[in-house]
Amino acid sequence: MFEALTDRLQGVFKDMRSKGRLAEEDIDEALREVRLALLEADVNFKVARDFIRRVKERATSLEVLESLTPAQQVLRIVDEELVATLGGEPGRIDWTGKTPAPVMLVGLNGAGKTTSAAKLALTLRKLGQRPLLVACDTYRPAAVAQLETLGRQIGAEVYEEGTHASPVDIARRSVEYGREHGYSINIIDTAGRLQIDERMMDELVQIKAAIQPTEVLLVANAMTGQEAVSVAQQFHEQVGLTGLILTQMDGDARGGAALSIRAVTGVPLKFLGMGEKIEALQAYYPDRLASRILGMGDMLTLIEQTQELYDQEEAEKLQKKLVKGQFTLDDFLGQLQQIKRMGSLSSIMDMIPGLSQLTRRPEFAAALDEKQFKRVEAMILSMTVKERQNPVILDGSRRRRIARGSGTSVHEVNQLLNQFRQMQGMMKQIGRGKIPKGIAGLMG
Amino acid sequence: MVFNIFRKKEQPAGAGVAESLEKTRGGLFGAVRNMFQARRELDAAFWDELEERLIQADLGAHTTADLVDTLRETHDKRRFDSPEQAEAALRQEMMRLLGGGTVGLNLPLPLAVILVVGVNGVGKTTSIAKLAKFLAQSGRKPLLVAGDTFRAAAIDQLKVWGERVAVPVVAQGPGSDPSAVVFDGIKAARARGADVLIVDTAGRLHTKINLMEELKKVQRIVQRQIPDAPHETLLVLDAVTGQNALVQAKSFTQAVGVTGLVLAKLDSSSKGGVVFSIAQELSLPIKFVGTGERVDDFAPFDAGEFAGALFAE
Repeated sequence: MFEALTDRLQGVFKDMRSKGRLAEEDIDEALREVRLALLEADVNFKVARDFIRRVKERATSLEVLESLTPAQQVLRIVDEELVATLGGEPGRIDWTGKTPAPVMLVGLNGAGKTTSAAKLALTLRKLGQRPLLVACDTYRPAAVAQLETLGRQIGAEVYEEGTHASPVDIARRSVEYGREHGYSINIIDTAGRLQIDERMMDELVQIKAAIQPTEVLLVANAMTGQEAVSVAQQFHEQVGLTGLILTQMDGDARGGAALSIRAVTGVPLKFLGMGEKIEALQAYYPDRLASRILGMGDMLTLIEQTQELYDQEEAEKLQKKLVKGQFTLDDFLGQLQQIKRMGSLSSIMDMIPGLSQLTRRPEFAAALDEKQFKRVEAMILSMTVKERQNPVILDGSRRRRIARGSGTSVHEVNQLLNQFRQMQGMMKQIGRGKIPKGIAGLMG
Repeated sequence: MVFNIFRKKEQPAGAGVAESLEKTRGGLFGAVRNMFQARRELDAAFWDELEERLIQADLGAHTTADLVDTLRETHDKRRFDSPEQAEAALRQEMMRLLGGGTVGLNLPLPLAVILVVGVNGVGKTTSIAKLAKFLAQSGRKPLLVAGDTFRAAAIDQLKVWGERVAVPVVAQGPGSDPSAVVFDGIKAARARGADVLIVDTAGRLHTKINLMEELKKVQRIVQRQIPDAPHETLLVLDAVTGQNALVQAKSFTQAVGVTGLVLAKLDSSSKGGVVFSIAQELSLPIKFVGTGERVDDFAPFDAGEFAGALFAE
């Protein structure tokens, strides 16, 4: 079984920790495992080799070997080197110097350019920009229709000329159109192409020459294998990339390609595509990805996502309720709906330290089933306002009514109420500043 | 609708497959071949370099280690006299991994069902169009079902392809229940006398439990209509994908019992070497390869031919 890089490194360092003190051979052995894990995560062969070499140089210093906590020292070095390789600063989109600022998306077929274009438009709008989507993929059947559908979904205008005009002309005219209509950024969706297809690569060069974009972003799939390096290199050499969007990061590919592309081209990663919902483009931060690779979870991203979706006032009110132990079924329902908006539960759990392995266990997988969500939602919605505020009044007849109303059973209603009572108890403890044992164990 | 795709390369149809494959293999293992020829001695550096080449062809760390170890053991036992001998031994071992020759499709009459599955963006819809044309040319009467009701414009995409290859498409509106579309498809196939139903499905990450459940439901609906269907469940893999392809193959096999693989986009410089790991661990036959953007860039996978050509000059 190919384990995720995270799990693998955790395993390696767990072994090292139990020993306490390290000899040079121990470090060699651990680094062999790290190298294997990097290769399994599709980190390019040469990149992995250089990486291991750098870590080893630092890890075999006397300071580390004689340290009382050598495993932690090695872990720190691996982490630092990972962050260094991934690049030192969070990526931003450059829209300065031009109105509208053209941003080109390029990449192989099926990398996720069109979906990323829509997500990028949404992201830029949140930053106060007025993006225009431009359909320059005149080759793939229904690519224009796809962009139009996505544009409608997010309420963004799409500039298109069907499939007859040349992509170079469409791009050029879209800039004029954008200027006349007050758009600040043109997001140019181009057709997928092979980095070795000279004719198609030349088309990109021409588009670039015609519109002088402020950004040329390579969209690449997180699952890409060893070839990621040569894809990125070729696109970079011929078109001149300014950044990378890594898609399908919500899958279980750990994105070793990111490490490779960054190491070989020096092009910074700017965003991660997670999920099919058009709200999910995430800013990329190297330290977070390194932490994720090392199994420390991605709490910062989770917190940021939560903050964005949470109404600040709402959150403060909830906090007060928590502290006072006044958490009601209504609040619980609100929480469920928030989580639903954030994406699948398993993708959230993947970001929490120690929980990522749990999502792969079958008993948890079943619990994370979104259908179960709907049943709970139906049960709470079948209660009266009074019942939701004060579940104590729920006697047998009320419970039967709720079961009938939600299409569930009394047994399920009982289960929900029990779970809720336990949760209330836990919330009270957290409110008082104590972390309940069960949760502390999970986080450890 | 304009057939832009045909504008791109004006090559005679049919000439493409062998040629594209040849190119891929050249890039693929030409390097390994050169290595064998350049080196007269099988020293430590030789083994390291062999390992590097195989890993860079996406064979994965485990499969590469197995192959190199096997070759080394053979060498220890009966010393290769020349790099040519070592190469022959490696070729033999790789062929053994891929299994026998060509594995055909099981498509019984009167109506066979092919379910086509895979993660997003691997080339399912394009592969389906190519497969439909391939089957029509071999005398079958295919009907396509637009089961990807989720992705924007996926239905339109399949319809365009259907027109291009002159194969009818059964579709409902976006957002409709895929199972219902498939149910309609089976009825339509019977009414129109089609004998192969090819079901397109929405791309889904193998980690999304609810989407995998949806796929199982589609399968159940098919089974209710035709007890031994789907007769083939083909997993489409993108040749550029690295080791995650193995995880995909495992997950989809577990969920819906994959019967074979379609290796798409083998026209790139991608190595597709992960198929060796898949063959080694799951014994799943590769049934077809997609080698280009034209509708004729598609051929049954021939393990013998593939392995043989890996070292072609």
